[in-house]
Amino acid sequence: MEENESEMVTIHVMGKKHRVPADLTIMKAMEYSGHQFRRGAGCRGGYCGACAAMYRVKGSYKLQGALACQKIVEDGMYIAQIPFSPAEKITYDLLELRPDANTFLEYYPEISRCLSCNTCTKACPQDIEVMDYVQASLRGDVEEAAKLSFDCISCGLCAVRCPAEIVPYNVGQLARRLNSRYLIGPTKHVIKRVEEVEAGEFDADIDELKRLDRKTLQERYEGREVKL
Amino acid sequence: MSGYPEYMQGYLKLVETTRPDRVGKALRAMTADEKEQILRDWHPDYKMDQKRELKIGSSAGELMPHEVVNNLEAHPIISPGDIDLSNVTYDVDVLVIGAGGAGLSASLTAIEHGVAPDNVLMVQKLRLGDANSKMSQGGIQAANAPDDSPTMHYLDVIGGGHYVNKPDLVEAMVKEGPDVIRWHEELGVTYDKLEDGTMQLAPGGGTSRKRMHSCKDYTGLEITRVLIDEFINKEISYVEFTSVVELVMDDKGQVAGAVLWDMDHDDYKVARAKSTTLATGGFGRLHIQGFETTNHYGATNDGVVMAYHVGARLRDLDSTQFHPTGAAYPAQIVGQLCTEKLRARGAQPLNKDGELFVYPLETRDVEASALIRECYGREKGIITPTGMRGVWLDTPLIDIINGEGTIEREFAAMFRTFNKFGIDIREEPMLVYPTLHYQNGGVEINVQCETNVPGLYAAGEVCGGVHGKNRLMGNSQLDLYVFGRRAGRFAAERSKKATLGSLTLDHLDVYEKMLSDAGVETDRKAPILLPEYRGKRTLEHQLKLL
Repeated sequence: MEENESEMVTIHVMGKKHRVPADLTIMKAMEYSGHQFRRGAGCRGGYCGACAAMYRVKGSYKLQGALACQKIVEDGMYIAQIPFSPAEKITYDLLELRPDANTFLEYYPEISRCLSCNTCTKACPQDIEVMDYVQASLRGDVEEAAKLSFDCISCGLCAVRCPAEIVPYNVGQLARRLNSRYLIGPTKHVIKRVEEVEAGEFDADIDELKRLDRKTLQERYEGREVKL
Repeated sequence: MSGYPEYMQGYLKLVETTRPDRVGKALRAMTADEKEQILRDWHPDYKMDQKRELKIGSSAGELMPHEVVNNLEAHPIISPGDIDLSNVTYDVDVLVIGAGGAGLSASLTAIEHGVAPDNVLMVQKLRLGDANSKMSQGGIQAANAPDDSPTMHYLDVIGGGHYVNKPDLVEAMVKEGPDVIRWHEELGVTYDKLEDGTMQLAPGGGTSRKRMHSCKDYTGLEITRVLIDEFINKEISYVEFTSVVELVMDDKGQVAGAVLWDMDHDDYKVARAKSTTLATGGFGRLHIQGFETTNHYGATNDGVVMAYHVGARLRDLDSTQFHPTGAAYPAQIVGQLCTEKLRARGAQPLNKDGELFVYPLETRDVEASALIRECYGREKGIITPTGMRGVWLDTPLIDIINGEGTIEREFAAMFRTFNKFGIDIREEPMLVYPTLHYQNGGVEINVQCETNVPGLYAAGEVCGGVHGKNRLMGNSQLDLYVFGRRAGRFAAERSKKATLGSLTLDHLDVYEKMLSDAGVETDRKAPILLPEYRGKRTLEHQLKLL
């Protein structure tokens, strides 16, 4: 691919000016300009949250957040990466917790400072209703908080923007584990199957398969019943 | 508003026109002979000019992709004289290298088996939990359904792997599948369930039963973040942004730790350990045959290289997994994964005439070959503005078959990704082409996750033998936790008995000698640690394939 000057844009990476092809993501544009990532790059597919970035576009006061691997550059963009969000994850023993509002308030009391300003929601590159799940946690609605926060990739953009200094992604993680452990609970047929395996119910059959010669094994495979 | 360029609109119309007749229809699956033929003709593994024999070491003579041989026939980054082994920064019982699903499971399990949390050290090249494990979308297999069994799972794995898998490893994996799911739920992983509280299970390519457990299409993310949360709760020691550049041995011939490179400070440090577990993942970022990849930034084959430097045996590295459906459009996300679960829930691959051309749930190697044939053999692909070819994956069928709202509920990640580029996958199909996905082979292990080198354990994608020559969907996720936990347990047990001698890096001199004896003249160095995309290389999407 040869770049055409008319399809180039100007970006400023941590203040340094570069001309880059207009159709690149922030991540690829930074690489194009000569940067090799150590921090600030991860899955490169929008799943890990390692590449949080903030930017302003020339002529606009708006401070915006994005994942560098997902956001296409714009002409006049000022970019800074936020590869680490300074926050403490509280340690706890899941087995000693209760799925209610007090748990959230005990571990993350700052959620009571939520101003309902919705800045976190606006900052979220996943379009999650962040404020709503912080509020759900405050009310002790564990299920709602778990559900609303499910698509969170912990990029940290909500936490760096929150004026009440809440770290929403940690709150969401607590909500999801509480919801799964206490409100959903274990799956009966899974437990039953574990017991069957432990009782050795499949040992003889698998043993037999392990001893088959290649030809017979292939016949068994090709002839197996498929029920989908 | 269509998310595709004007010239594709006619082709999109054909997809819409043929759609009503395709609901509930599927071509039959291929016969064994047809599968063998299409693999031979179209699978990238069968392009012999893309491979060569490895000249040196314990697996000399094995055919591997040039990119892997280049990594093995390369000079180590460091020489013994560069490192002061008497200056040990970390002195632990159990060292775990890599912080994806396998490494997290190994660390958590090591402390369950009596190693103190500060006597385990997890070293991670990037951030805690940043790994391919987190990117897995579609699901994890485990034979939990009443009409399923570990025996059927065994047969699916071994047939899908072309009968060359290591049977003991397959047995361990399928038998422990149910317990892995139980463990996850105990830790607070949220799996998709039906109204009656049973698991919502889907099929995958090459499965004989619905066996795929999922967490929307964020399965790997959900499992990994719970394990990370628990890992931090247990206060296990770890160090991020630190690459392992070589394994350290002792004078008794055991692996006894590693040389670490602190990437923030460009500084080497020495870790001594009584047992060492490699959980470093695969090789997607080597871009085998020039393919784009679904893989994480850190997937550079480091573990295989370091294990080979200490004499570990490798296997099945001649085989590479190309996922049938990587994004082919838009250019910004080319190569990124479009989960197999889309096909499991009804999406059909279609050619430019809007016709079905393959059973949607063949094993990945066969399905990928059929897509390549359609594009390059039958010339029935769509050509993108950047010159790539692809076929449609008709996603709107998912909502038609399973009810409105299914895509948004079950495919939140896919929906979001494509929406960012103006494509609503509820209304329009995706354009897809095979993409480099998984390292089928790797370091050979036994069921205790031991390699042939004392003190060295391995788990996850870095290993070979579990999946044979082709892995089924959802079995890499399962592999991570089954063998991650096994590695943690057996590495912990060994660490209680092992005594270390004096540390050495002499094996690097031995390796250098092997290179020169074999006449390998090169300035290549490995492990490469970080892929090279600086400058114009970021624009390279050239397939060597055809």
